[in-house]
Amino acid sequence: MGISVEGANKRFGDFQALEDVSIEVPTGSLTALLGPSGSGKSTLLRAIAGLESLDSGTVLIDGDDVGSKPTQKREVGFVFQHYAAFKHMTVYENVGFGLKIRKWDKKKISQRVHELLDLVQLPGLADRYPSQLSGGQRQRMALARALAVQPQVLLLDEPFGALDAKVRKDLRSWLRNLHDEMHVTTIFVTHDQEEAMDVAGQLVVMNEGRVEQSGTANDLYDHPANEFVMSFVGEVNQLGEHFVRPHDMEIVLDADDRTQEGLVQRIVTLGFEVRVELVLSDGTEVWAQLTRAELQRLELREGQIAYLRPIQAKSFNGSSPSGHGASTPHGSNDGGDAEIPAAV
Amino acid sequence: MAVGSGATSRWGLRVLGLGYILLLLLLPLGLIFYKTFEHGIAPPLDAITSPDGLHALKLTLLMVAIAVPLNTIFGIGCALLLVRHRWWGNPIIDAIINLPFAISPVVIGLSLFLLYGTTGWFEPALAEAGIKVLFSVPGMVIASVFVSLPFVVRETVPVLQEIGTEQEQAASTLGANAWQTFWRITLPAIRWGVAYGVVLTTARVLGEFGAVSVVSGSISGQTQTLPLFVEKQYENFNLPGAFGASVLLALLALMTLLAMNFLKRKEDA
Repeated sequence: MGISVEGANKRFGDFQALEDVSIEVPTGSLTALLGPSGSGKSTLLRAIAGLESLDSGTVLIDGDDVGSKPTQKREVGFVFQHYAAFKHMTVYENVGFGLKIRKWDKKKISQRVHELLDLVQLPGLADRYPSQLSGGQRQRMALARALAVQPQVLLLDEPFGALDAKVRKDLRSWLRNLHDEMHVTTIFVTHDQEEAMDVAGQLVVMNEGRVEQSGTANDLYDHPANEFVMSFVGEVNQLGEHFVRPHDMEIVLDADDRTQEGLVQRIVTLGFEVRVELVLSDGTEVWAQLTRAELQRLELREGQIAYLRPIQAKSFNGSSPSGHGASTPHGSNDGGDAEIPAAV
Repeated sequence: MAVGSGATSRWGLRVLGLGYILLLLLLPLGLIFYKTFEHGIAPPLDAITSPDGLHALKLTLLMVAIAVPLNTIFGIGCALLLVRHRWWGNPIIDAIINLPFAISPVVIGLSLFLLYGTTGWFEPALAEAGIKVLFSVPGMVIASVFVSLPFVVRETVPVLQEIGTEQEQAASTLGANAWQTFWRITLPAIRWGVAYGVVLTTARVLGEFGAVSVVSGSISGQTQTLPLFVEKQYENFNLPGAFGASVLLALLALMTLLAMNFLKRKEDA
């Protein structure tokens, strides 16, 4: 029941929504399509469901080319960001809709609907209307509705995007558990990298209609293929042609040939984590992530001069940076680990 | 003090609004009722139950029975096309649909003459087939359909725009085909817009005078609807008959409004 998309192209007027996109989603996996708005992730998801037609390219579900199949024959479960609840139907009728279309008999429908309402933790709300439910409840109802017909694949389009932060976190772990139980091949669209890393086993990062990189969360974080992936998956500082994670920035009080001077502008304590914001001599603004203990040891104050030493940096540019003692493998597609040269 | 912010000005506006409605709407209508039953129920009842009166009532109901379903089906279909299918010609269609609102019904009647009259375009073909359009029921149906055409479209379009397409898409992912989606999702979602359009269409067809008057020839007992019957009675100085038929018309329109309110209340309960 895996999904694969090959060479998908889609254009809306002047806007290239998908440009030669190919992805591979293994059977039973939970994959996130991650990208900023306008990156084409929703268009790709909708094309898999048949809600959007491709200009070219193929969509295979379980090895089957579904290009000529209309949505209602693709056996996909789809969950929309704004729930798409059938407002004139009760929760029971919503969840049972697909079964009624499939002409199940009433007794079996009733049994299945109640099973699902238990599964999504909405027992006892069968006779409510969607307008009487909270956002989180509506989305769980929508999920039950999609699962009722036992789809081959489950497609979720920013399913938690309209919910507040607390509910979103609860539903995330709940969805992960649900997937562990059900094992239905699932694709999950989100613009929130934390959400993607939290929920999904495999991530596909998209930008401007193209796939930038796919892999596990660790792959993307540790071996980003390019600048975009590096800065979209996790925080990043840019020093010339080099990219450094804030937790890879060491702050020291004595200069040596591998440090850069900076003025401490602001120190923000966020519980265990401390953000130290600095301005370098060339005007670049960077920040370093420290622990409280490190901060106390350094006795840093706002307005003082400190020295930055990048522990690990990456460069995605083919040209070799100047400086001494830097061994920098460049030009490879999965990004090069580099040591930052000293301040010039 | 800003206009409308104080209690005094609020009351002032209320009195003004109610006075306006009273003077222009309720007073004339009330007088009709009063005049009708001034000498008891017998004179208006006699006029309505006369053979010509009964025929006019039947013919009016026939117009409603034909024109309303036709315009309802057309209206929903047209609204779906306008809202759900992007096409460069949509604004033009949208404007054309409003024509019956803009053009005087008498002009509409006359234009039908040009098509179906003795020198009209369609005359030779229709004469050969033995179909008589003018001065008979088909012509009156065409006129009624024409004048009441925009109501269902106009009331349905905004509701369709408001509900969006997500529910329909959700239905299709759940296995529903276009027909099932329409009946189970779209139609229930737009039903009050459609119902309101149907009520307005019914009221318009019940009361239509100008266009029907031109094409029907207003022949008593043959091509006379209730509004035409009212006019004839009035011209013949049969005031009880004119008032009686007027009250009957008003009651019919009132009943359609009440029917919708009743259904809506039942739905909300």
